[in-house]
Amino acid sequence: MTTSAGGVVKAQPWNDPTTRPYVEIERISKSFGDFKAVNDVSLKVYKGEIFCLLGASGCGKTTLLRMLGGFETPTSGKILIDGEDMTGVPPYERPVNMMFQSYALFPHMNVEQNVAFGLKQDRLPRLQIQERVATMLDLVKMSDYAKRKPHQLSGGQRQRVALARSLVKRPKLLLLDEPLGALDKKLREHTQFELISLQDKLGVTFIVVTHDQEEAMTLASRIGVMNHGEIVQAGTPSEIYEFPNSKFVADFVGSVNMFEGKLIEDEPDYVRIASAELGGTIYVSHGISAPPEAVVWAAVRPEKMFMSTTAPEGGADNVVRGAVQDIAYLGDLSIYLVKLPTGKVVRVTQPNTSRHAEAISWDQQVYLSWDATSPVVVTR
Amino acid sequence: MNYRSSFFVVTCIAFGFAFLYIPILSMVVFSFNASKLVTVWDSANSPTLKWYYALLNNEEILDAAWISLKVAVINASGSVILGTLAGFGLARFSRFRGRFTLNAMATAPLVMPEVITGLSLLLLFVALEQLIGWPAGRGITTMTIGHMTFSMAYVTVIVNSRLASFDTALEEAAMDLGARPFKVFFVITLPIIFPAILSGWLLAFTLSWDDLVISSFTSGPGSSTLPMVVFSKVRLGVSPEINVLATITLAAVSAMIVAVSLWMARRAKLDKTAA
Amino acid sequence: MVALPYLWLLLFFVAPFLIVLKISFSDIDLAIPPYKPLLEWVGKHSLAIKLNFDNYAFLFTDSLYLHAFANSIKVAFLSTLMCLIIGYPMAYGIARAKPAARNVLLLLVILPFWTSLLLRVYAWIGLLKGNGVINNVLMSLGIIHEPLTMLYTPLAMYVGIVYSYLPFLILPLYANLEKMDWQLLEAAQDLGCRPWQAFYKITLPLSRNGILAGSMLVFIPAVGEFVIPALLGGPNALMIGRVLWDEFFSNRAWPVASAVAILLLILLVPFMMWYQSVQARESAGAR
Repeated sequence: MTTSAGGVVKAQPWNDPTTRPYVEIERISKSFGDFKAVNDVSLKVYKGEIFCLLGASGCGKTTLLRMLGGFETPTSGKILIDGEDMTGVPPYERPVNMMFQSYALFPHMNVEQNVAFGLKQDRLPRLQIQERVATMLDLVKMSDYAKRKPHQLSGGQRQRVALARSLVKRPKLLLLDEPLGALDKKLREHTQFELISLQDKLGVTFIVVTHDQEEAMTLASRIGVMNHGEIVQAGTPSEIYEFPNSKFVADFVGSVNMFEGKLIEDEPDYVRIASAELGGTIYVSHGISAPPEAVVWAAVRPEKMFMSTTAPEGGADNVVRGAVQDIAYLGDLSIYLVKLPTGKVVRVTQPNTSRHAEAISWDQQVYLSWDATSPVVVTR
Repeated sequence: MNYRSSFFVVTCIAFGFAFLYIPILSMVVFSFNASKLVTVWDSANSPTLKWYYALLNNEEILDAAWISLKVAVINASGSVILGTLAGFGLARFSRFRGRFTLNAMATAPLVMPEVITGLSLLLLFVALEQLIGWPAGRGITTMTIGHMTFSMAYVTVIVNSRLASFDTALEEAAMDLGARPFKVFFVITLPIIFPAILSGWLLAFTLSWDDLVISSFTSGPGSSTLPMVVFSKVRLGVSPEINVLATITLAAVSAMIVAVSLWMARRAKLDKTAA
Repeated sequence: MVALPYLWLLLFFVAPFLIVLKISFSDIDLAIPPYKPLLEWVGKHSLAIKLNFDNYAFLFTDSLYLHAFANSIKVAFLSTLMCLIIGYPMAYGIARAKPAARNVLLLLVILPFWTSLLLRVYAWIGLLKGNGVINNVLMSLGIIHEPLTMLYTPLAMYVGIVYSYLPFLILPLYANLEKMDWQLLEAAQDLGCRPWQAFYKITLPLSRNGILAGSMLVFIPAVGEFVIPALLGGPNALMIGRVLWDEFFSNRAWPVASAVAILLLILLVPFMMWYQSVQARESAGAR
């Protein structure tokens, strides 16, 4: 079994009930006084994964991460790492290392000393320490800066030192707290791919905490979306994006157009929803499980909508008219806000495939339509 | 930010600093005055260094200075240990039994009039002597204990406030990498907050060196400190040797402040990135 | 870990106060130490505690002490006010100065702070006395023809106190002002406030904690101040600190001195608690 994230994505151990999870979080809860930061969370992370905990601030993801690192004790529940119960174990006795959001490089030590610090605590022989530090610095491309102090480094350089320091001990699990938050956009993209390739080479299991869904989608083999201390949905990026299990997840990851409606036809292989918001009907080409006459929401992603100035062929389902209210030109694509007669504003994105496209302009009447396979129906 | 200050503020600053420094400068100037009357300039014989020679040969003052030095050094070192422990405890542990009391006790000496502290310490020592025979009479030991009790307050405040702005992630990172809490304190925390501890030491030293009231209450025969000797002299009026002492003190303090500031400025660059 | 300082302070800071309290209830005695013990065995099995309230009664009936207390508060209050008037603009100016100038100015304020109070008060003796610097200058300029009596007057004492305690006010006030967001003033002016109004409505209220902290650091010790009245004030400069000293060292009246100390402590404790709460608020706001 391969341990790189790419290999893991192919192997999909989470779908195989015989694979033992590497990290098991069993019904973990953490309360601070009356406030429940983490509420009965259970999770299995497999060896070699990059698992991302995604959520807004205050959702409990950082608390969960800190419990994995040993900096907070769970109020209830168990944490197992590689089969061993690590629930009460202090951070200096865990085979887990953490990369802190602020990097936390020791300001009074140079790069080399920072990276060597963990190895010194393990009382490794000096030559071995030197060797491993040198190899690690090489890997993160910071060998030339070995003697510099943290205040003499740029943000991106400090991040690489922090990474080297946390990986040099070859931990079973690496925890990363918003690793790319402090970097500017271009550096962030570049570092994302560097992180993945590093993880690939070393085979360490990563658990990353982030509020940036783009980051989560790029890095993760699987994402756990968190809200109010609970994991709302866990799955691969495409599963989360294409098959959200709730309004919250559909809205949180990417943008979405949500239409509230009632089931008027409910068959095993299709459903039809009447939506007052939309001012029309939505035909979805797969069945859902919901009580009859239930209130449901149909979610259609902006990029899955077609916009045209002429009425499309086809039936009365999955089509609606509106007026273009706003246009945002982003270079590679444009975002259109289209106002429907019912008052609802729909978001449509279209790639700018040709340079002199028939320019759709403000206040223009347009037809919006989508394929029957595109909507996702959620019941909560 | 707009750095231009109004004319009013600038004038106030100018007058304020003039007010602060004219007395000090006048002391320095008149230390070179030959006349024994100090403030009446003897232009025939001045400026002169004769009072400087007189001071440096004055046994009484030199002995007192030596005693002050011993007390100040022991006091500073002891206060730093006690104050750092207290400051660390107050900064890190938000709840422990007696926290309120410790906080109150540790910071009360900052504002308390010295006559009260001095009197109470002396009465304590007298009562203790009656009870258990120690301390046998008052002298350097009792003075040092007295000084430490109030200097500790200043160190506590300095260390506490430094730790408040300390990035605890540094300590967590050290623990994460395998260091036990005790080691973390000595290898990570202490070196980083060292400038604060150094200022605490210097402050405790200065407070002890300059202290008059508490020393007077807690000293015994033969243990007069420099301020006590100076006080008995100046009660009678001006004395040129005191001007000389003032000038020397000023020079020493200025040199120390400038040196420490330069050193701190260089270290400030280190602290800017983390902690 | 905190046990060590805790025990130290309990023994050497709190216990002494209890002893002072005890002695304030004792009789004076011509012995060493000059007070009688509180507990006395009367007969074989009875222990009598004699609490002599005479000392306190004496203090309240003899007008000297009442005057001393009242005068001390008055002097401390006025001195604090004057320190504020001189010191606030200074702290403000330093906080608004360019960083390079700011450091130098701060050093210039800190320097007197680190120089012995005794020596700085001594400087004023030389300035204020009959043939002192000020009189000499004024006489040589012809402004006066006879030396002014400035030393050993209440004026000299005020000058001495304000002079000595000024850095104690400037430093915490500066620390508070330095943290202020100056853009608030710009926002106020943008919304139509004139500079003085902006100062009055924005800067002053926001610097309240600094003002209180600095004022307490001046007022409380000034009430019990001894050195400055002893050196600069005349025999009419009745300050309670001096009274305590004289009772203790000159009169050897330890019980009375203790009673004075207890009353002074009771008087000042509310202010000290106020100071603690201001500090707690300031640090809570900063976090």
